[in-house]
Amino acid sequence: MQIEFRELDGKSNAYYGLLGGWVVLVLVGLLSAFQMEHYGHIITGMTNQVVWGMPHVFAVFMIVAASGALNVASIATVFGKKFYKPLAPLSALLAIALLAGGLTVLMLDLGRSDRVIVAMTHYNFKSVFAWNVFLYTGFFGFAALYIWTMMDRNVSRFNKPAGFGAFIWRLMLTTGTGSIFGFLVARQAYDSALLAPMFIIMSFSYGLAVYLLVLMLAYRWSKRLIGDVVITRLKNLLGVFVAAVMYFVLVYHLTNLYFTKQHDFERFILLDGGIYTVLFWGGQIVLGSVLPLILLYAPATRKSVNAIFAACLLVVLGGLAQMYVTIIGGQAFPLQLFPGMVETSSFYDGVIHPYTPSLVEILLGLGGVGVVGAIVVFAVKLFRFLPESLDNSVIDTHHNVH
Amino acid sequence: MSDIDNYRRRFMTGVVGVAATVSLPAGLLFWQTAEGKSNDDAGLASAKTRWGMLIDTTKCATGCDACVRGCDQENGLSGKTSPTSPQWIRKVQVSNPSTGNGFSLPMMCQHCEEPPCVDVCPTGASFKRADGIVLVDRHICIGCRYCMMACPYKARSFIHQPVTDQLAEVPRGQGCVESCTFCVQRIDEGKTTTACQDACNAEGHQAIYFGDLKDPNSEISKQLAQYSSQEVLPNLDLHTGVRYQGI
Repeated sequence: MQIEFRELDGKSNAYYGLLGGWVVLVLVGLLSAFQMEHYGHIITGMTNQVVWGMPHVFAVFMIVAASGALNVASIATVFGKKFYKPLAPLSALLAIALLAGGLTVLMLDLGRSDRVIVAMTHYNFKSVFAWNVFLYTGFFGFAALYIWTMMDRNVSRFNKPAGFGAFIWRLMLTTGTGSIFGFLVARQAYDSALLAPMFIIMSFSYGLAVYLLVLMLAYRWSKRLIGDVVITRLKNLLGVFVAAVMYFVLVYHLTNLYFTKQHDFERFILLDGGIYTVLFWGGQIVLGSVLPLILLYAPATRKSVNAIFAACLLVVLGGLAQMYVTIIGGQAFPLQLFPGMVETSSFYDGVIHPYTPSLVEILLGLGGVGVVGAIVVFAVKLFRFLPESLDNSVIDTHHNVH
Repeated sequence: MSDIDNYRRRFMTGVVGVAATVSLPAGLLFWQTAEGKSNDDAGLASAKTRWGMLIDTTKCATGCDACVRGCDQENGLSGKTSPTSPQWIRKVQVSNPSTGNGFSLPMMCQHCEEPPCVDVCPTGASFKRADGIVLVDRHICIGCRYCMMACPYKARSFIHQPVTDQLAEVPRGQGCVESCTFCVQRIDEGKTTTACQDACNAEGHQAIYFGDLKDPNSEISKQLAQYSSQEVLPNLDLHTGVRYQGI
């Protein structure tokens, strides 16, 4: 049996309600950005000590998840697993939507968002940010091309090269994102080449979790069939990725724990860092990693669609916690001008920097999520991203043919 | 071709058409911003000079903040010290917890020869002049704050709210990053002292030397040749333009 793709009817009140909800979220985000533009970052919780706040937590999460969302398509095209082929178009769509959402937040959080065009006309080629400008635009291009080769039979012979290009590009993109932090010699939390591969494995995990959430919701709400074969295969993969992220987190902290000069920083994150310690152990490790692994593999829950859905949601929340600990926790811990000495100044040297996100920052971040939702909900009505059915019978037949 | 495909084709053509119509005039409007350039003051700065500073912490008095006030006045800063207030120069009190020994020093942009802020700046707004002064080009700074993440000395400040009382010779503006300029407005007028140095001297401490590191006859070069001095965080190998004695 051939897998048929079909766009959503999208004529129901529920559909328009959903689309409208996302659009409202986008508008709220834009309004927040306008407030920040008008009054300045003074209305955020950001300071001269914690210079990147909540918008970066959302933005970096979405950008990392974007490249990860593309993985399902890569498994189909690059690694030739036919099973994943019907899942590929949504994967590429989600990649574009997540990147658009993340970049929207990132651009609107600039001190001079009105000058964003300058980032396209003045380049400093030694800057990791400048590399990323190319990596982001290239990613959009590759993902769009990839979708084209999936949807138009006339160009389907280019599917493999397009998929390969997108795969290589996504690895470079996440390397670039991780390197934004990894190439900062000044700060104890960063300054590690480990961050680049760690961000890649994080992207596998976050991206797949978001993908599964969207897939499950889309099929539930559109009353299309999705069998447990697809869900089980994907959730097992998610489990591997979650465990792999934990491994990288373990190695990162073990390295730091071995180096005496990093003990203060590790004590801050792991023991007495207040909200960062709570978010690390409670958010990132327990809720975002251990609990999902239990839900995905424990005999009592591993076959439950609801448990798998909950696990994906937890991975996303854990990912946001991990971003918060990495980005904000890394800045809250003070820079050391004179290692081993005690420093005090009017510029808050030597003290933990407090940070409380303000409502506008959170709404700006959520506005980015709105962008993702609006793009996906609109696109699945416009184009044939979703197979009519992913029921076991369809998948099995399709799978066995090859 | 089905109606739906036709509809879809017309829709996509429409979207592209609208996008092109909207983006063309918008693009033209943006052009000026995009081409924004500062006045070409590179002509004034010469690589024959490298401006530098030497701070003798043995003369720097604990509790004295004359240099900070001098800088605030010269550059039109408010002098406030809230977490969002710009501070171009600050007094740092350093003490050794195991020996009890300590010292006080002013900390500001160290005007590195290899500045991390210049490396990371996506647009090139963060730049180093030929004479070694590290500045922010406020015409092309987009306010991404990456330089603040990269600076090991926490020397930079972001302007968090509208600025109303700026001085004509020190333009500042909301949404951009700024830091110590070695009083570049003075240098470019041919003066050879900074406001912090003048303030320190007026207080009678004489802890700050400023001058041309490439001129062997300058006072700062003589001091550096005679007495031992070092950079802060020397392991980073940034070859800072600011050096300290007694740390």
